[in-house]
Amino acid sequence: MNMKRYLKDARSDLLTYAGVIIAFLIISTLKSHGALNRSQSGLLVPICCYIVMAVSLNLTVGILGDLSLGHAGFMSVGAFSGVVTAMSLMNVIPSAPARLALAMLVGAVCAAIVGFLVGIPVLRLNGDYLAIVTLAFGEIIKELITCLIVGVDSEGLHVIFNVNGSKTANDLTLLDGGRIIIKGAQGATGTKTIASFTAGFILIMITLVIVQNLIRSRHGRAIMAVRDNRIAADSVGIPVTKYKMMAFVTSASLAGAAGALFGLNYSNLAAAKFDFNTSILVLVFVVLGGLGNIWGSIIATVILYILPEALRGFANYRMLIYAIVLIVVMLTTNNPVLKNYIASLRSKFSKDSEKEASAS
Amino acid sequence: MKFLAYLVSGISLGSIYAIIALGYTMVYGIAKMLNFAHGDVIMVGGYISFLAATNLGLPALLSVLVAMVFCTVLGIVIEGLAYRPLRSAPSLAVLITAIGVSYFLQNAALLIFGANPKAYTPVVSGTLKLFDGQLSISYVSIVTVVCCIVIMLALTAFTGKTKMGKAMRACSEDKGAAQLMGINVNRTISLTFAIGSALAAVAGALLCSFSPTLMPTTGSMPGIKAFTAAVFGGIGSIPGAFIGGILLGVIEALGRAYISTQLSNSIVFAVLIIILLVRPAGLLGKRTQEKV
Amino acid sequence: MSDSKKRRPGLESVSPVVPVQTTYYVPERDVDKSPILQCINLGISFGGLKAVEDFNLTLGRTEIAGLIGPNGAGKTTIFNLLTKVYQPTHGTILLDGKDTANMSTAQVNRAGIARTFQNIRLFHNQTVADNVLIGLHNEMNYGMLGGILRLPGYWRAEKIARQRAMEYLALFHLDQHADELAGSLPYGAQRRLEIARALATNPSLLLLDEPAAGMNPSETAELMENIVKIRDTFHIAILLIEHDMSLVMNICEGIAVLNFGRLIAKGNADAIRNDPTVVEAYLGRKGAKES
Repeated sequence: MNMKRYLKDARSDLLTYAGVIIAFLIISTLKSHGALNRSQSGLLVPICCYIVMAVSLNLTVGILGDLSLGHAGFMSVGAFSGVVTAMSLMNVIPSAPARLALAMLVGAVCAAIVGFLVGIPVLRLNGDYLAIVTLAFGEIIKELITCLIVGVDSEGLHVIFNVNGSKTANDLTLLDGGRIIIKGAQGATGTKTIASFTAGFILIMITLVIVQNLIRSRHGRAIMAVRDNRIAADSVGIPVTKYKMMAFVTSASLAGAAGALFGLNYSNLAAAKFDFNTSILVLVFVVLGGLGNIWGSIIATVILYILPEALRGFANYRMLIYAIVLIVVMLTTNNPVLKNYIASLRSKFSKDSEKEASAS
Repeated sequence: MKFLAYLVSGISLGSIYAIIALGYTMVYGIAKMLNFAHGDVIMVGGYISFLAATNLGLPALLSVLVAMVFCTVLGIVIEGLAYRPLRSAPSLAVLITAIGVSYFLQNAALLIFGANPKAYTPVVSGTLKLFDGQLSISYVSIVTVVCCIVIMLALTAFTGKTKMGKAMRACSEDKGAAQLMGINVNRTISLTFAIGSALAAVAGALLCSFSPTLMPTTGSMPGIKAFTAAVFGGIGSIPGAFIGGILLGVIEALGRAYISTQLSNSIVFAVLIIILLVRPAGLLGKRTQEKV
Repeated sequence: MSDSKKRRPGLESVSPVVPVQTTYYVPERDVDKSPILQCINLGISFGGLKAVEDFNLTLGRTEIAGLIGPNGAGKTTIFNLLTKVYQPTHGTILLDGKDTANMSTAQVNRAGIARTFQNIRLFHNQTVADNVLIGLHNEMNYGMLGGILRLPGYWRAEKIARQRAMEYLALFHLDQHADELAGSLPYGAQRRLEIARALATNPSLLLLDEPAAGMNPSETAELMENIVKIRDTFHIAILLIEHDMSLVMNICEGIAVLNFGRLIAKGNADAIRNDPTVVEAYLGRKGAKES
């Protein structure tokens, strides 16, 4: 019977959950004992956001097999829709965690809608053409949000779409006691920061449940079938476009939730933050963590996000070192000699464990 | 008359995109990789010609030549060190390496030249006044357009007529078969990178003459737009890159003037998306269908 | 997704608009049933080139039929037309009396046509069992949310699907390789897995594109037995493209011969063997005279 592999899959899923939970417990204990300094604990929420970004991008790039260079665009949609939600409902929902949860939900839904709209043209393309169009959409989203001026007062939301740069926040004509939420190119200003590490942890867990369970379901297998051989997938009755869209929209909505959390972690946040450099940053996490490898994405995100901070002592050299690390890692992990060596080690290891299993 | 002025500035901006796109399309055609470092080679070209002109006091033409030589060597070195070992690796690995090279060049430039923008002296100065001074065209624009056309014609002749050019086309179609026919694939790819980087240097000098601020990140957006232009025209096609570049420049200039300055990049990208939907292989590209 | 699952037996399912083609040999046991497949004046041209022209074919419900012809005759193109990889430019395909004109490849599969490929198209990086499970995709019915939340329906469907996958694999002696990667199987096993995957989609017509290519005589003999066994077990029609004449002549009840995109002969093995146009197509005019 082929149950063995299913047990193995289930075990690796559980180990991922366990790893995240243990890490959360350790870090929150350290935090409550004051063992983390300000800049260290300031990294916690962004790391959570980027973990969710990386895991969700892995769904598009690793599981679906389509290279997306515009993932930050969905994060941006989630961030600003989340900020608007949280800020405009400040008086309606006094509880900060409830507001945060609602903001993340709205961020996820908005990003899913945008993801669907973007997906209609994008998913008809392949390979590098698809990549360049996702990049294009990321930039378009960034520029569109740069044009937004949003404020809220007792009459509700006021939105200006500032196409030719002539309008300012004064044109919102807010009543007394109104609040400006997004100020064009300056982005969200004066946001009340309600994001918390616990929320980040919960979001990671939800993301893991969604992505890992999706991969192990018939839908996930269909998505991987489309990746491995589109024509064969078609021939066994799998509607290719539907499953591409399913993966793409799921990935976008998770990025949107991460964006909402990210947006509510900073009092000032410009749309320019979510440019294609951010998309590429996340892509680097995914590729270095291993395509399709969820746990790998998490580890790579943590290491690579902390690395530049850890290199702060090197001041100006740190990004240079980062670049060199990136190149060297890619060259060594793809070196055929080294690859064969690792493969031989692995097969030896698995044979040993099989022997143990049969002996017991 | 205003429209004409926008059009002219669009064409000359487009010519710069076209020069970059010509190099990009050749590199892409043969290496099949999104070379994110290409834009940064433009930036390096800008800095080298800037240094040659201001520190060494070389005349403009000579400083551009120095930049071309430097970038050619740089292109060959990048290809040999970073891309050649990954020839059989998955395309994403190459992409990440290219991103690494791009970060490296940007941050090296940041360390060497600093973050402050440099005021670049245009390679040619002065403007041509037409219609009683109603329409003024800078000489830089004229030089750019002429350069672009000359380069396009030269590349067409090179790939169509010469032995090396044919080798290049053979490699871009099927590296294995090209090797069996006795073509030195590695050398051909090196040569392609050399040509692409030399063109990037020219484009760097012209780009900085056009908008005279030079920073470590100067090259990245034009690099992406040039790739967009190459996709626009049909990747791998030399006339396609030329047409794509010019169109992109014109759309950008007109969009900036008549629709919105803030959304100028969005307009360009939106047109790209529409074109790819109507013609998935670009304007002049050939569509290949997978055989079942 | 539910539109295509029902199979309609009986004569009343034949579309009254299009006359049934009766010129083709139909096995006796299928005569009083409606045909599973009818191709009527099917054709496609690429640019000006007519790759397939006026292709007419009727298949009985449990018939094993062969499609033969020289290389480049358009045999695989016909498979691609039947499965809607290419949209036909002329003619009609009736599957179980139903016009497939507006269906996509995936819909045609759900309506009942499964196929294998000349150059094997497995999901190489997935396990052998997962390849069949992907084939069983439409046989499971839990939704995306059910899969993510792992509702009872998920466990039930997955359990049944896994059992059925193992049964299909056992049929092709692949069950002991269930956990191996499909790409690591030997060539013959990969061909068998492709057939297993196609069968898992519960087709009423199975298209096999050169199933014996690259097999040695003993493997081919086993394959022949298998094909007949598949028909007898699942009561489905099988249309196969094959260059191995011993296979075609031995197991195909009806044979259609294609040359330059046109049908040049159809009939049973004896009729085809003695047909002068067929001999000419294979051996050239001179060969035809000599025979």
